[in-house]
Amino acid sequence: MNRTFDLKALLAESGVGAVLDELDAELVGLAPVKLRIREIASLLVVEKARAELGVAGTKPSLHMCFTGNPGTGKTTVAMRMATILHRLGHVRKGHLVAVTRDDLVGQYIGHTAPKTKEVLKRAMGGVLFIDEAYYLHRPENERDYGQEAIEILMQVMENRREDLAVILAGYKSRMDTFFQSNPGLGSRVAHHIDFPDYSVPELESIAGRMVAALGLELSGSAREALGEYLVLRRNRPNFANARSLRNALDRARLRQARRLLEAGRVDARMLTTIEAEDIRSSRVFEAASAAPSAEEATC
Amino acid sequence: MRITQGTFSFLPDLTDEQIAKQVDYALAQGWAVSIEYSDDPHPRNIYWEMWGMPMFDLADAAGVIAEIRECRKAHADCYVKLNAFDSTRGFETMRLSFIVHRPKQEARYRLRREESAGRLVRYTLEHV
Repeated sequence: MNRTFDLKALLAESGVGAVLDELDAELVGLAPVKLRIREIASLLVVEKARAELGVAGTKPSLHMCFTGNPGTGKTTVAMRMATILHRLGHVRKGHLVAVTRDDLVGQYIGHTAPKTKEVLKRAMGGVLFIDEAYYLHRPENERDYGQEAIEILMQVMENRREDLAVILAGYKSRMDTFFQSNPGLGSRVAHHIDFPDYSVPELESIAGRMVAALGLELSGSAREALGEYLVLRRNRPNFANARSLRNALDRARLRQARRLLEAGRVDARMLTTIEAEDIRSSRVFEAASAAPSAEEATC
Repeated sequence: MRITQGTFSFLPDLTDEQIAKQVDYALAQGWAVSIEYSDDPHPRNIYWEMWGMPMFDLADAAGVIAEIRECRKAHADCYVKLNAFDSTRGFETMRLSFIVHRPKQEARYRLRREESAGRLVRYTLEHV
């Protein structure tokens, strides 16, 4: 019992440190999420050391539930989660199978069980990601086949813990009602992770990355305009965080293309720069100046 | 009489871990794995019953092993075999096939096949 373990070395050896650093570097904000993922990683490393010592406990349950508003990065983190769990040796293959209600629930009696089992078989050795999991449960229809899928899912989550990790994702309030009506499922999910909304500076820094990934850049005034745009857009209905931002940038690219065509001759700098006017012609600014409470136009 | 059929047929029966490794190999080659069972393991019997659909898009052997176990439980007195189908153009056939379960008492009967005019085959059932 006098063996000592260098946990840091164990962590470095698994290569998961690199994935965690990548996560920190590539994902803006999301501090509680990153913290929880680091905790899970540490737990798995410690478990590994314990297993080497021979005090083998059972494998920890790593089923998770990601809640948060649209566009807060739930799917992106789930993808990373599969890689992290694979590097730490919790799952054998490290692939992600992303499904929704349609892939699990059948159309007629006797269709659901084989369909759900097939998806589960495909996910074995990796991570099963169920997006908008609350659609599995339809309280208004007591004969809905979703319940059957939930039962099979619960059984596998309990018995085949070492074969796959299940991640449920969805909006916070609807997930809460879903777990209330399916307490068995809620109790099998050990990790509930809430994704916070992005603040305006965080969104700006995300915008910088998105634009860079497209091989474009924002001019100084465009950056300012985008900041103002985000403040206005955040207070409008149907704001979907990074997704709304990506749509806004896509529309800015459209306007930029039109502007360049009208200009006729352009140079390399103009081709790769989004100017303030491309952003300022958004309807969000119009609506804000016309009527502060206008709610019909969202883009 | 011990039936020898398919790959590894002259080896002792594979354990589940060994089967899982073979399945992993087949999946790594991109082959689709399926499970079949039959009470007539004669090589001329090509009509084995399918145990569920062939399993496409798998990444790991765990699902296949679970299915094999279920099939063994349901058809303990049958032969169960595992097939791996290669869909690559030029092959389009089984690349790997071996027995993963045999009944306790093998060969309780045999079908005597008699080939006659044309492609006609006559069968006689013989109890052993």
